[in-house]
Amino acid sequence: MLGVRNAAIVRAQNGRNSREQTMAVSLRESVQQISNPESLDASVEEVFQLMLGVSCQRSVIPFHKGHGESVTAVVGFGGLLSGACVFRCAGHVALAIAGHMMAMEFSTVDDTVKDAIGEMCNILAGAWKGKVPGLSANCGLSVPAVITGRDYDLHVQAPEFQIQHSYRFAESAFSVTIVCDGLQ
Amino acid sequence: MSEIRTLIVDDSSVMRKIVERALRQAGLESLVVHEAGNGAEGLELLKASEVDLILSDINMPSMDGLEFVRQIRAQNLAPGVPVIMITTESSEEHVKEAIQAGARGYIRKPFTPEQVKDRVLKFLQAA
Repeated sequence: MLGVRNAAIVRAQNGRNSREQTMAVSLRESVQQISNPESLDASVEEVFQLMLGVSCQRSVIPFHKGHGESVTAVVGFGGLLSGACVFRCAGHVALAIAGHMMAMEFSTVDDTVKDAIGEMCNILAGAWKGKVPGLSANCGLSVPAVITGRDYDLHVQAPEFQIQHSYRFAESAFSVTIVCDGLQ
Repeated sequence: MSEIRTLIVDDSSVMRKIVERALRQAGLESLVVHEAGNGAEGLELLKASEVDLILSDINMPSMDGLEFVRQIRAQNLAPGVPVIMITTESSEEHVKEAIQAGARGYIRKPFTPEQVKDRVLKFLQAA
């Protein structure tokens, strides 16, 4: 995750060069707003409705990684907030998501499916940070990294805060996690 | 509307296809689409082909969308051709930065085909 995050930091710093001389911004006072779980739910619902044309709701049943293949996309945040947006779903759910996005059917988690899940994570990360005033302009996104495999865990050491929600569309479940490991 | 030659620049091949589909759903059936995976590829393509419209992501490896637009203007490639950024980066500051770099407009991801249609037709008619 470090490489992804460093890439985001470089992007955020490049983007801020022209602004940072005239602006001293801190997000520390906005931590409650940033960690508001409703922002994530609204972002997920909006992105699924617009990009996939499906209704998606938060689920009270926690996402279970299972033993089969799963797909995880990570987009790093860098700048005033550092951390990552992590999207995780089972392999068959990744096929369904890519199918809706592309209006095609997929039978294996190939490069196109991985690309689609990475892009979903990227759009979700952008939508989420866009809902927090002061964050959008001062926090860059990395290009997505996508991990596939079976029975793996993701571990983040002592984040400042973490929001992990599970969602469902049709019969498909997935989780989205916002990890913040630094806030200026 | 006659044939529209469009360059779509995005590091995600999925997004390039989604943008193309949105353009077709928006009624721009007679499209000729060129694709590039980053700004550097986009510049090479513009040296070899004429286009009527350029749609570009911002966050891309090798050469990002803002530098791509700056280089188009600096090298006087595709003069008068509207460049529209399609990106998740949608703050007012990012929009200003893109316009200063030489972009004509902005579409925020996620988008609907109608939003793409509104923006694209507006800039094509003005071009």
